[in-house]
Amino acid sequence: MEAVFPKPRIPEEEYIYPGHLACPGCGASLSMRYALKALGPKTMVVIPACCWSIIAGPFPYSTLKVPIYHTAFETAASVSSGMAAALDQLGQGDITVMAWAGDGGTFDIGFQALSGAAERNDNILYVCYDNEAYMNTGIQRSSATPYGAWTTTTPERHLKDRPKKNIMEIMAAHQIPYAATACVAYPEDMIQKFRKAKTIRGMRFIHLLSPCPPGWKIPDDQSIKVTRMAVNSKAFPLYEVEYGEKYRITVEPRNIPVRDYLKVQGRFRNLTDDDIRNIQFSVNKNWDRLQKKVRYSE
Amino acid sequence: MKDVMLGNHAASHGARLSKVDVIAAYPITPQTLIVEKLSELCADGDLNAKFIKVESEHSAMAACIGAEAAGARSFTATSSQGLALMHELLHWASAARLPIVMAEVNRALAPGWSIWTEQTDSLAQRETGWLQFYCENNQEVLDTVIMAYRIAEQVLLPVMVVLDAFILSHTNEIVDVPEQAMVDSYLPPYQPEFKMDVNNPHAFGGLVTPDNYMEMRYKIHQAMQRAKTVAVEADQEFQEIFGRSYGVMEAYKLDDAEYVIMSAGAITSMLRVIVDAYREKGLKLGLLKIKMFRPFPTEIFKKLLAGRKKIGVLDRDISFGATGIFFQEIKAALYPEKKNGVPALFGYVMGLGGRDITLSHLEQMVDHMMSHDEPEEDSVWIGLKK
Repeated sequence: MEAVFPKPRIPEEEYIYPGHLACPGCGASLSMRYALKALGPKTMVVIPACCWSIIAGPFPYSTLKVPIYHTAFETAASVSSGMAAALDQLGQGDITVMAWAGDGGTFDIGFQALSGAAERNDNILYVCYDNEAYMNTGIQRSSATPYGAWTTTTPERHLKDRPKKNIMEIMAAHQIPYAATACVAYPEDMIQKFRKAKTIRGMRFIHLLSPCPPGWKIPDDQSIKVTRMAVNSKAFPLYEVEYGEKYRITVEPRNIPVRDYLKVQGRFRNLTDDDIRNIQFSVNKNWDRLQKKVRYSE
Repeated sequence: MKDVMLGNHAASHGARLSKVDVIAAYPITPQTLIVEKLSELCADGDLNAKFIKVESEHSAMAACIGAEAAGARSFTATSSQGLALMHELLHWASAARLPIVMAEVNRALAPGWSIWTEQTDSLAQRETGWLQFYCENNQEVLDTVIMAYRIAEQVLLPVMVVLDAFILSHTNEIVDVPEQAMVDSYLPPYQPEFKMDVNNPHAFGGLVTPDNYMEMRYKIHQAMQRAKTVAVEADQEFQEIFGRSYGVMEAYKLDDAEYVIMSAGAITSMLRVIVDAYREKGLKLGLLKIKMFRPFPTEIFKKLLAGRKKIGVLDRDISFGATGIFFQEIKAALYPEKKNGVPALFGYVMGLGGRDITLSHLEQMVDHMMSHDEPEEDSVWIGLKK
C-alpha cells in the first residue's frame, strides 16, 4: 500500500535566500518568507526605509528571488501605485506589486501617500510589518507603539502615554476591497490572507504584527510564542475587513489576560498594576467593538 | 498643423506626442492647465496613458519613479512649492537613473505667497542630477518636451523643461504641432536595459557601502557630461526632421559683439529687442541665451565668450548672500581662463516675484555695464522701489 503523506499546509517554495541581514528571531524576515510563499514569483516588492532596507542585503546582493525596489521612507504606496499603473499599461497587470513597509513608513511618515493610494483604490498590496517602534534606528516610538511601552524616546520616566493608532480602522474607513491583520505565529492564517489578497484587484492592506526581540526586549527564541500571546490576549486580534464593513475574525483567541502578554516583554517592565488594568480595559473595549462589527456584518 | 495655444498646453501636447505611458501629477498654480489638458486628452482617448491623480507633488514624483522603474515612459509637471516638495524625490529619480521628464513652470517661492514668475525654484534644484532646459516661447516648450525624452532615455537621467509662469504658461502663441508620425520617427519607444522584471529579478537602490557609492556618483556625473553631446545631437536631428533648432544655447548678433548680455527663459525675447536698439546706436552688443543649464555647457561658454570686453548676466533669481545663480555659474566657468583675459562680468538681479522687467530696466542694465570698467558689487538689483 502506498504511503499517504499529509499535504503541506505551508508552500514549500522559497523566495527568500538564507544569509539575509535580519537580527535573530526577527518577525519581519519570517513574514516576508511566508508572504512570498503565498504570492509566488510574479511579485515585485517596493521597500521604503525600514529594517528591510538592511535585511534585503547591500549592493550588489539581494535576499529575494523576486525584484526589489528600494525607495524613500514616505513613498512605498506612491511608488507602488506608479509601478502598478505602468505594469497595467504595459500588459503585465497579472504581477502583484507589494509595498512592504514598517510601522513608521505606514502609520507615520508614509501615511499621506498610503491614504492617497487607498482613496484612489490603486491596484497594490500594501503590507505593514509592525514591530511597534522605529526599530531600524534603534527603538524610538512610533504612532504604532502601544500605550505604556518603553522606547528610547519614551524612557522609563515618561512611557508612551497615548494608545496605538488604529491603522486597521483608518484603512477600513477608506472602504478598500480588503484589509486584514496577520502574524507569523499563525502562518496558515497569514498565507490564506495573502492568497486571498492576491486574487483581489485594487487596494489591499495587510497589517502584520512583527515581533522584534531587541525592541520588545524578549529572548530571540521567544518571538513566535510572544506574538501568539498578542493574539490570544486579544491585544492583536486576527481578522479581515472587506469594503470597510464586512468584518470576520479568522482566529478565535484563547482569552488569556493581557498581563501575560505584557509581562514577558522587557519593554513593559515598568508598568504598574493600574497601568495593566487600564490596558486590559481598553483591550476589552476594542474587542467588544470588533465583535459588534462582526455581528453587524452577519 | 499650426494652432494657437498656451505654454502650458504646449507642454501637455509635448507629452501626448511623446506617447507617455504614465502621468502622475498634482495641480498647482500656474501649472494647473498642463494637468487639466492631459486629463482631457486621456479621457478623450487622444492619449493612451494611465493618469494617476496623486495627493501631492511628492507622490507625483514617487509614482513616476515607480512607473519608470517598471519600464514605462512617465511625465509630470509642477511649479514652485510643488517642486520644493518634490526635492527629495528629484534625487531619488536621478540617482536611480530614471529618464523622467517634467515640465516646471517657474514661479516664486513663499512667503509671502507669490504665483508670479521667478527662476529661483528650478535653479535651487541644480544639484539634484536633473538636466534643465529653459524655454523662451511656447513652440520651444512643446519641442523641448519631445527632445527631453530623446536625451533623457539616452543618458538615463531625468529632464526638467522649464517655462515662465504666466508669461508663457498663460499666454497664447502660434505653435506648430508636429504630426505623430514625425515624432515617432524621432523618438523611439522607451526600452530600458534594466527594469523591474519578474523573469530577471534584481534589487534596485539598496544599501551601498563606501566601497561602491562614489563610483555610482561618478557615473551620474559622466552621464551628465555625455548629455552635453547628446543634447547637441538631439537638437540637430530635431532640426533635420522638424526644421526647427534651438541649440543648447543661442547666440544672437554675437559674432562681432564686444559686449554680451545673457539670460534664460522668456526674458531673452526682450533682450533681443535691446540688442537691436543698441546696435542701431552703434554699440557692438550681442546676446547669449542659456537654454541648457544642467549639464552646464562650460566649454561652449568659454569659446563663445572668449575675447569679449564685458558680459552682463540677467538673473530672475537670487541665491541670498551670494549673487544671481546664472551669474555664479558663468563666473565659475570663466575663471580658469583668467590667463587669457577674462571679460569684466556684471551680475544683475531683477524681476523677482513677477515684478515686470521693462525695456527701461534692460537699458539701465546695459548702461550700467557700459559705464563701469569693473563691477563694484556682486549683484546690481534693478527695479527696486526706493
